[in-house]
Amino acid sequence: MTTPPGGEPPDEEHAGLPARLGEERLDAQVVRTGMFGVQTTGDTSGYGRLQVHQRPPLVSEPPYGGYFDTIAAALGSALRADGLGFGDAIERVVVDRGELTFHVRRAHLVAVVDKLLHDPALRFEIFSGVSGVHYPDEEGRELRAVYHFTSITHNRRLRLEVSTPDADRHIPSVTSVYPAANWHERETWDFFGIIFDGHPALTRIEMPDDWRGHPQRKDYPLGGIPVEYRGTKVPPPDERRSYS
Amino acid sequence: MSTSAHATPGASDADADATEGRVYNVAGGDWDEIVGGDSERAANEQIVVNMGPQHPSTHGVLRLILTLDGETVTDARASIGYLHTGIEKNMEFRTWTQGTTFITRADYLMPIFNETAYCLAVERLLGIEDRIPERATLIRVLMLELNRIGSHLGGIGPFGLELGATTIFLQGVRMRENVLDLFELVTGLRMNHAFVRPGGVAQDLPPGGIEAIRDFLRKAPAWTRDLHKLIDANPVFKARTQGIAYLDLEGCMALGVTGPMLRATGLPWDLRKSQPYLGYETYDFEVPTQETCDAYGRYVVRMNEIDQSLRIIEQVLDRLADRSGIANDPWLIQDAKVGWPARLSLGPDGLGPSPEHIAHIMGQSMEALIHHFKLVTEGFRVPAGQVYVPIESAKGELGCHVVSDGTTRPYRVHLRDPSFHHLQAVSVLCEGGNLADVIPAIASIDPVIGGVDR
Repeated sequence: MTTPPGGEPPDEEHAGLPARLGEERLDAQVVRTGMFGVQTTGDTSGYGRLQVHQRPPLVSEPPYGGYFDTIAAALGSALRADGLGFGDAIERVVVDRGELTFHVRRAHLVAVVDKLLHDPALRFEIFSGVSGVHYPDEEGRELRAVYHFTSITHNRRLRLEVSTPDADRHIPSVTSVYPAANWHERETWDFFGIIFDGHPALTRIEMPDDWRGHPQRKDYPLGGIPVEYRGTKVPPPDERRSYS
Repeated sequence: MSTSAHATPGASDADADATEGRVYNVAGGDWDEIVGGDSERAANEQIVVNMGPQHPSTHGVLRLILTLDGETVTDARASIGYLHTGIEKNMEFRTWTQGTTFITRADYLMPIFNETAYCLAVERLLGIEDRIPERATLIRVLMLELNRIGSHLGGIGPFGLELGATTIFLQGVRMRENVLDLFELVTGLRMNHAFVRPGGVAQDLPPGGIEAIRDFLRKAPAWTRDLHKLIDANPVFKARTQGIAYLDLEGCMALGVTGPMLRATGLPWDLRKSQPYLGYETYDFEVPTQETCDAYGRYVVRMNEIDQSLRIIEQVLDRLADRSGIANDPWLIQDAKVGWPARLSLGPDGLGPSPEHIAHIMGQSMEALIHHFKLVTEGFRVPAGQVYVPIESAKGELGCHVVSDGTTRPYRVHLRDPSFHHLQAVSVLCEGGNLADVIPAIASIDPVIGGVDR
């Protein structure tokens, strides 16, 4: 959480007033200014001084509610048995819309996942998949791998999120713990270019073997790629009709 | 019969032997006779067979790379991606509502499941889960269970065909055709409906819809009975499926397998019971299981699930009948910021926005026109965040991971498709078995490549 402007202590009495409610948002980091890309001439749009703020990342503090505290406690004690603190492995915890997410430091991913499967108090048997997400604006944390787990024993769900910089896009593979992660990691490599170290055969799975680029990344266009298909070409998005 | 060894045109026999091994040009006959003279080859030969990607029994453009030692499969690998259409990428360039039009095409045998998983995720992101009208939820459950029947029949019918039984296929398709007729009646389309929308469903059941479904319920038991009579004790079917494609509970856990494959090992894991959504906890139904762990058990589980779905549909119809007295019972969320502004109605020139709505926005209220225009072209904004919503589809856990950055378009949509996940089990199911058993093994997974490749 950010400090209030001017370093003043928060005004408890007026905290709920409209003028105060926007302060936190205005205080957030500015990621973009202006609009319509006007750089050279005098701005007549009136949007030249627009500032787009980035939301600070969500962080939830314990208690997380429901069975989430049980999971956190069980994972903490399981990791401590290996001489690893909960905070060493888990960057932050997010409870949002009734779902629990652990943001895991990538160096400790396999250790955490191993506990998820083998610790009797956790026992997440079903690996429900990996999904990549690309945030090009978040420097140093551009690429994310999001893992979903299901526990049949305890009837629980959990999500792990691991971030990696685009410049060094390596994440350890969890196939040694969950064999079912195999194809999901291949798909995430195929679509986002995240290299899963230790994967038995990290090859493309959906795209052709000789495809260039990773199509689900935000810097990869939708269409506009010349492909040999009866001499046609799909126009790139900026040449198509768009509404927003 | 020609038994002479041939090289590819333009190369000498010696060249071909050096680069690709010996090439046989075979036009029928017995393999032993063809290679009979070559004792060294016969002793340790391995044949790599490419099955697919265009093969009548691979359920679409699935390619299997099988290494054979005689008739035994020593190595089975599935290769996918031949039907990749970029559904997830496309959704990032369309509004939240338009997303259903794409995602319904993923697994085209269970479109309603795809739509529902996606819409439940969007609704959770919007925080409107509690405000979905009861009628919309009932119609969703009704359509989901009809779709479960259709999807199972789309697995069982072709299963028979792949084993050489045309009658099973026709009987299965006959019943499925009636499900599709109901879909057409309710949504206007036999597949790719885009019927479930964020906030509810696109339109109410049409006049006569409930009667048509009741009529289906009356006839369905006879159709399933016919299928049971044809298949259950059929010696050929049993010989081809019993003890074939064995995957026990331990294997299912290691591979994360869910759905009928898991329930055929005896574990009654069904998200409708264990993590209920859409009010499934209020319906009276059972989770059928088998303990054979084989292809036959999976078939029995699917047939029994059809019976349970019929039970649920019956209960939904009763509840809809109870609500028939409610005037203007909404089927879409009563929130002008999310719900689709136009009410569809059938006019002389087909289905379109109702004349009252057109008169209102074109003649009475400029604000209503602006609102309609903004919501239809730009769409609504969804607060930033991410959710993962799993539902029990006909084939197993179907999860939809949706990320929003607070704009009018999805930032990322990922479908955790059960067919994709389960095809990983092909090696475990096929290796060590006969080549002929690969066919029932694949059929018992019931993969649909539209969902696998998306």
